[in-house]
Order: sequence, then structure tokens, then C-alpha cells
Amino acid sequence: MKIVVNGKALETRPGVTLADILAGLNARAARVATMINGNVIPAERRAAAVLHEGDRVEVLAFAGGG
Amino acid sequence: MSGRKNESRKNDDLVLGKHRFVSRLLMGTGKFRDRAAMFKAISASGTQIVTVALRRFGEDGDSDDLLSPLLRIKGLTIMPNTSGAANAEEAIRAARLGRELSGSPFVKVEIHPNPHHLLPDPIETYKAAKELAADGFVVMPYIPADPVLAKRLEEAGCASVMPLGSAIGSGRGLATADMLKIMLRECAIPVIVDAGLRSPSEAAAAMEMGCAAVLVNSAIAASDDPPVMADAFASCVKAGRQAWRAGLMIRSDNASATSPLTSFLA
Repeated sequence: MKIVVNGKALETRPGVTLADILAGLNARAARVATMINGNVIPAERRAAAVLHEGDRVEVLAFAGGG
Repeated sequence: MSGRKNESRKNDDLVLGKHRFVSRLLMGTGKFRDRAAMFKAISASGTQIVTVALRRFGEDGDSDDLLSPLLRIKGLTIMPNTSGAANAEEAIRAARLGRELSGSPFVKVEIHPNPHHLLPDPIETYKAAKELAADGFVVMPYIPADPVLAKRLEEAGCASVMPLGSAIGSGRGLATADMLKIMLRECAIPVIVDAGLRSPSEAAAAMEMGCAAVLVNSAIAASDDPPVMADAFASCVKAGRQAWRAGLMIRSDNASATSPLTSFLA
């Protein structure tokens, strides 16, 4: 199954969750914010958030900014 | 008239929504050459509010966790911005992501779709600010120096307005001074000059005018010695605020002697 994570295509197994994707990125759960297809997914819902073919995932962190 | 006479002489906190601050210097965290300089500058500035931006995780290995070290600074409020948003819908989404991540209700709404001038879109900014204020955010919109828009944002529930002194990162100072003075006369919420300041004396001038605070980033980050520049801005913000509270003397076209002009030498 193909999904898009931070703009890059990713081949992954069916049934994969958002929490699995974060673990794969080595992203510490509390230090990133996440969206699936433009919807904000709070930290407590990531383990239950099953991804589907074509889903667009965004994993975001804070950086310096004015 | 300024609001000076209505304020208590003892308590001079900056009040934003239900939150109170002693420091009137807000700092941005962009453009620093390294993390160490940034943290030293934050400390030297005495700031209690810093802005941060959202970006994709993993695009810059070094900056993947800015939040943990910022959260360790006692008394520091984090204000995520909505930089990158081209319209209200994107800004609202960015604000919710920022709140989810920071736990802070503060948001700097900035919507500037044109990368050439980075001037804020007043219509989209108003839409986003109104919805976010209704959703419980402490909304701090970055706006053009438009007194009418500022008043509308006040009525929409914003905690402050943050008009530009001049274009972001331009260092052209208080080019909008005349409009800021009108805004200061009309607005009950704090007016915070955001963007364009280059020198600490410009920050002092903004404060003497009656601005509630200033937000500085490039002028500190792009200096040769950011912590020293942060300290210089802090001093000038404080001096300007004191001068405003003390009340500047009346200007006159005529001279007025400070020494007795008796004619005993004649």
C-alpha cells in the first residue's frame, strides 16, 4: 500500500497506524504534531489511527521562527 | 490620549487575555546561527514570550526538538506562529497543530501569501483571528499598520494586535509610525510592534509612543553578538516604557529657558 509522509511516497503494509509511522521516523511522540489528510490527529489517537491507500500524513515539529 | 493616566503606577504588567507578563520584549527564534546563541539571547533578553514555527519533522536534523529545551526555561510562554499559511483555513489548522504540540493557548496569526514582501493578508487574517478567538486561543495577529483593521480585530476578541513597523526582516524601523499613533489612540488592547525593528533605539521609540511591547527577531539573531543585542533591546524597551509612563514633555516651536534670564550681568 502506498501512502505519502511529509510529501514523500512510502510503500507500507496494510493496517499500519500513524503511531507505527512515527516509530519508523524515530519521532518522539510528544514532540511532533500530526495530520492525516489535513485533519489534526491528537497524540492519544495515533495508535488507533489506521492508514489507508493514498493517505497523506504530515509529521511536524517546532523550529525557529519569528 | 494615551492610556497612561488610567494605569496603576505600581503594577505595570503586560496583560494579554488572562495572562500577565513583566517583560515587554517578545522574541522570535528564527535566523540564529546556532542554538547556543539563541538560548543565550533568550536569557539575556529577559523575554517571557517566544515565537516558534512549525515545519516538517526530519528536514533539519538539528532542529527536530526545539520544544524540550524551550520548555525547560522557567516562566517562558511559547507562542507558535502560523507561518507558511496562505489563507485563514491553513492558519487555523496550523494554530491547532501548534496548540496540540505546545500546550500553549497563544498563537501568532501570520498570513502572508506573497514571499516578495511578506505583507499580511488583512482579510484572511481577520477571518482566522475571529475563529481562533472564539475557539479559546489567545490570538496575537500580525497585521498591516491599519487602525481600522486593528479595531475590528479587537472587537473579534484578539488579545493584542501586532502591526508591522516595516517589512519582516527589512530593518527599516518604524516606517508606519503615523498609523501606529492612530492605532494607539483607538485601541484598548495592547499594540505590539512586530517586524522591521533594527536598532534598540527604534524599540525605545515604539515604547515611548505608547506601544505595549515589541517583538524582535532578525535584529537580535542577525547581529554579531545576539545575547548582547538582546540585552540592549531589553534596556531600551524598559527605558521607553518608563519614559511613556513618566509622560514626555510638551513640544513647542519656541524656546523656553531652563535658567533664569535676569540681567544682573548687564
